[in-house]
Amino acid sequence: MKKVRLNSIYAPANDNLVVREIYGEYIIVPIVSGLGDLDDAIFSLNETGRAIWDKLDGRRTLKNIVEQLSKDFTGSVENIEKDCQGFVAELLKRKMVIEIK
Amino acid sequence: MSYYQRVVCGYLDIELTERCNNNCIHCYINLPLDDSVALKKEITTTEVKRILKEAVSLGCLTVRFTGGEPLLREDFEELYIFARKSGLRVIIFTNATLITPRLVELFRRIPPLERIEVSVYGMRKESYESVTRISGSFAAAWRGINLLLEKKIPFIVKSAILPTNKDELKDFEKWAANLPWMDRLPSYSMYFDLRARRDNENKNKLIKSLRLKPQECIDILIRRKQNYIRGMKQFCSKFMRPPGSKLFSCGSGVGGGCVDAYGNFQPCMLLRHPSCVYDLKKGTLKDALVNFFTEMRKIEASNPKYLSRCARCFLKGLCEQCPGKSWEEHGTLDTPVEYFCEVAHAQARFLGLMQDGEKAWGIQDWQDRVKEFTRKECL
Repeated sequence: MKKVRLNSIYAPANDNLVVREIYGEYIIVPIVSGLGDLDDAIFSLNETGRAIWDKLDGRRTLKNIVEQLSKDFTGSVENIEKDCQGFVAELLKRKMVIEIK
Repeated sequence: MSYYQRVVCGYLDIELTERCNNNCIHCYINLPLDDSVALKKEITTTEVKRILKEAVSLGCLTVRFTGGEPLLREDFEELYIFARKSGLRVIIFTNATLITPRLVELFRRIPPLERIEVSVYGMRKESYESVTRISGSFAAAWRGINLLLEKKIPFIVKSAILPTNKDELKDFEKWAANLPWMDRLPSYSMYFDLRARRDNENKNKLIKSLRLKPQECIDILIRRKQNYIRGMKQFCSKFMRPPGSKLFSCGSGVGGGCVDAYGNFQPCMLLRHPSCVYDLKKGTLKDALVNFFTEMRKIEASNPKYLSRCARCFLKGLCEQCPGKSWEEHGTLDTPVEYFCEVAHAQARFLGLMQDGEKAWGIQDWQDRVKEFTRKECL
């Protein structure tokens, strides 16, 4: 699995997917094949996933995102960092985000 | 609450055309391939896209392209790509005869995210083409199926139980079981709907003649007897009760519906009674779903025969009777369809819920009978 680095910048792989907000729920619908290992299934984001996804704008490093989320949410920085890295790793595996830098 | 109940439009069926390159003996909708009147009236590419766009804005996640044969549409690829890039999953109902290497490549590159559903009407050329009545259709269908298999495009198969293929069910199921995407037995149609446009009395006579007799239906249903009985016990514990005069006990027109080939919105694929059809050229999916179908679903039965029988019948859950079937058979919403009544009664007799000579609407202690059936160790 590709290593997720806190100093890297990540962004949605927009050519590969459509993100839809349906009645408050974020759903990622793959467009091209080979996204993930679940027969190209759609991917629904929970509240944590959504908060992280919204900040993956291709400008901020993952570290900046962790800092921002630490201000917005209760919980230790370590846990938030762990959540962010796990989530981005999952998205990288599914080719739903790309590492820009 | 399910996703489909939470959103205004969770799914949408679109009949891209009523024309078909096959001429299946049992089909409720097909028109000839070269029917120029139908072709001229068909919903345009722009109109389909407008409808899809609105469906997406209303929360739709899945669209089903059906027909007729949807692959006949020259703009099929364009509509498919549009739907997928709008964030929809696409189900395609097809006979597979028009599957090409180009189309398979498209499905490989941009997967439908739902399994394609292929109708297979026989395992031999003779049986298949006795159903489709088109020479060469068997070879064309297998060419299409093999293309899907070669490129590993997920698909499932289904069939219809007809006099010419009913002896091939075992062979069909054996073959189907080896398809990687079949996670259950194929589904079959066997009660055959009459013409949904009520357009051809001769075709209706033919369709009626193809229907299995009630006892033959039971024989098919109980081929895996223990599974069937287990399933029926669960089903009966939930869905056996008289419906009263309320006609719409199904989910038609709730959270989705069917757009016909000419841009009319119906609550389901069958129901084309003029009072239940909404013209999308003059309105929106949202108006149809929020207002029109909501009002339609309040319609109550007024036919005395329906009120004295179906409304009081606890077999409603077992019976195919519905406004759509009533429309096809009688041109009304509330006329009992004798064939479905006979099949439901035969099933109830087999399950021990009734005796010969009894009519379900006359049974007072139906709740005790259902309770006893669902509790019994075996049949």
